[in-house]
Amino acid sequence: MSSISNTSPMPSEANASPSTPKSRRGKRAGGERFLPIRLLQTPAVALLFLWMIVPLAMTVYFSFNRYNLMSPDQTGFVGLENYQFLLEDPAFWPSIANTALLIGSVLGVSVIGGTLLAVLFDQPFRGRGIARLLVIGPFFVMPTVAALIWKNMIMHPVYGMLAFVMRHLGLEPIDWLAEYPMLSVIIIVSWQWIPFAFLILLTALQSLDGDQKEAAQLDGAGPIRVFFYIVLPHLKRAITVVIMIETIFLLSVFAEIFTTTAGGPGTETTNLTYLVYSIGLQQFDIGIASAGGIFAVVLANIVSFFLVRMLAKNLKGANEK
Amino acid sequence: MNDQKKSPLWVGLLAWTCAIILFFPIFWVAVTAFKTEHQAYMPSLIFMPTLDTFREVFERSNYLAFVKNSLIVSLGSTVLSLLIAVPAAYSMAFFPTGRTQKLLLWMLSTKMMPAVGVLVPIYLLAKNSGMLDSVSGLTLIYTLINLPIAVWMAFTYFNDVPKEILEAARIDGANAWQEMLYLLLPTAMPGLASTALLLIILSWNEAFWSLNLTSVDAAPLTVFIASYSNPEGLFWAKLSAASLLAIAPIMALGWLAQKQLVRGLTFGAVK
Repeated sequence: MSSISNTSPMPSEANASPSTPKSRRGKRAGGERFLPIRLLQTPAVALLFLWMIVPLAMTVYFSFNRYNLMSPDQTGFVGLENYQFLLEDPAFWPSIANTALLIGSVLGVSVIGGTLLAVLFDQPFRGRGIARLLVIGPFFVMPTVAALIWKNMIMHPVYGMLAFVMRHLGLEPIDWLAEYPMLSVIIIVSWQWIPFAFLILLTALQSLDGDQKEAAQLDGAGPIRVFFYIVLPHLKRAITVVIMIETIFLLSVFAEIFTTTAGGPGTETTNLTYLVYSIGLQQFDIGIASAGGIFAVVLANIVSFFLVRMLAKNLKGANEK
Repeated sequence: MNDQKKSPLWVGLLAWTCAIILFFPIFWVAVTAFKTEHQAYMPSLIFMPTLDTFREVFERSNYLAFVKNSLIVSLGSTVLSLLIAVPAAYSMAFFPTGRTQKLLLWMLSTKMMPAVGVLVPIYLLAKNSGMLDSVSGLTLIYTLINLPIAVWMAFTYFNDVPKEILEAARIDGANAWQEMLYLLLPTAMPGLASTALLLIILSWNEAFWSLNLTSVDAAPLTVFIASYSNPEGLFWAKLSAASLLAIAPIMALGWLAQKQLVRGLTFGAVK
């Protein structure tokens, strides 16, 4: 479903260049080998189709039915009732707000931090290769480990490293996860995604032609103007890619919340993903959880619509080269 | 390039400061892993390193069973995704039709479906088919969620293979299988290897489906580490030792493949 709506803006662009550059290959594709070679795609397409359509159709179906694993005999079509229950759930709107806050904050921190770090690491300095490894390190730490390191060894109000530093500065240590739960989650998730933004943006930056910068510098442009008029425009596309890919992953942040706050205190760190988990797998209300899942799919589709469009342009460009 | 130019000293200092701050939590885990539980609460770098904690983790928690699950699930799903993806990418890259681009983008769009949108049905399907908490169930899920990335990455690497080589082979009378075995796979091998690395990293660190679909028998390391979040007591040295072993191999792989990962992570949009 979502896949079809995603690709719907595509056909005009995709068909605009009907395999003209490939006519020489097309000769063979038209021969008797055509069918078997085409068949190589079948397993991938069929599996992804099943993976997309069957569960999603089930989610849609469940979302219109009463279905609670605790009372399995009460079933039946209930129309939009599950959606209504979901909207009236006191945790729903906070969870939407928390999802937006989490995505927005982490995007802001990781894109701005990643850009600045990338510009910094584009300069030559001693030990740059090693320092770069240190910066990208956090991206490879599994989410549950990342969350527990921060929760215990960094943010613990008594023995944590931050508490230790604050006591040394003569300040009162902060119980991060109790006093600022959402901020703490944002810090942990940002720590994991700054390296991603950094790695992508540094790669993009290194493809920037040095001559252009030098020419601008010779014309008397200072580093700030070079950044805003040459570096930033060059990074625009890479930044867009980072924003969209991060948004898709950040919509599904789960393990970090599961292992640190379990959505609490109250609903302060419950995002949409955690709310659906909690309704479906903790309260066993399949119907309402499915309605929540549909919300998440719709949100993700709004983002992926734009991402797919952009990648489509890209693909077209690459094929026309 | 501007590598010959000297940057001012503060550039290096600032960059190194940022790097050290960002890496500090990992460094601290590595240090704490070699402490005793008692020393773990003291923020000191001066202590007698000990391997006792590692020994305890191995003895008490059946750690190797979780390592085994992580290995089977991530390697198994990587091999499966590649087996399905490489032939598909091959036919898309070398025998494209008008539909190929649409097909590629559709595959990608399946990756953008939020996991939580299908959590409930997948959980129920797994439960009813006895695949809940099973290694094969989790391997299947990882194969499916990584399949679009595998197809895309393999496709972009095949696209980079110079077409002239293939034409020459065809004139010499090579058939499709010979072409694939003797020409394409060797030429695209570095690319496919980095595809495999990215898939291993992604499935090793996956923590949504593993937390929701496994508990004991099939639990990989992500789930085992999460069990340390129970507030029954603080075992920082054990947590650190277990975590260090869980993240070190994958970080080494990630460091080795950092340049190639960019292409996979951005679906070829940034190379």
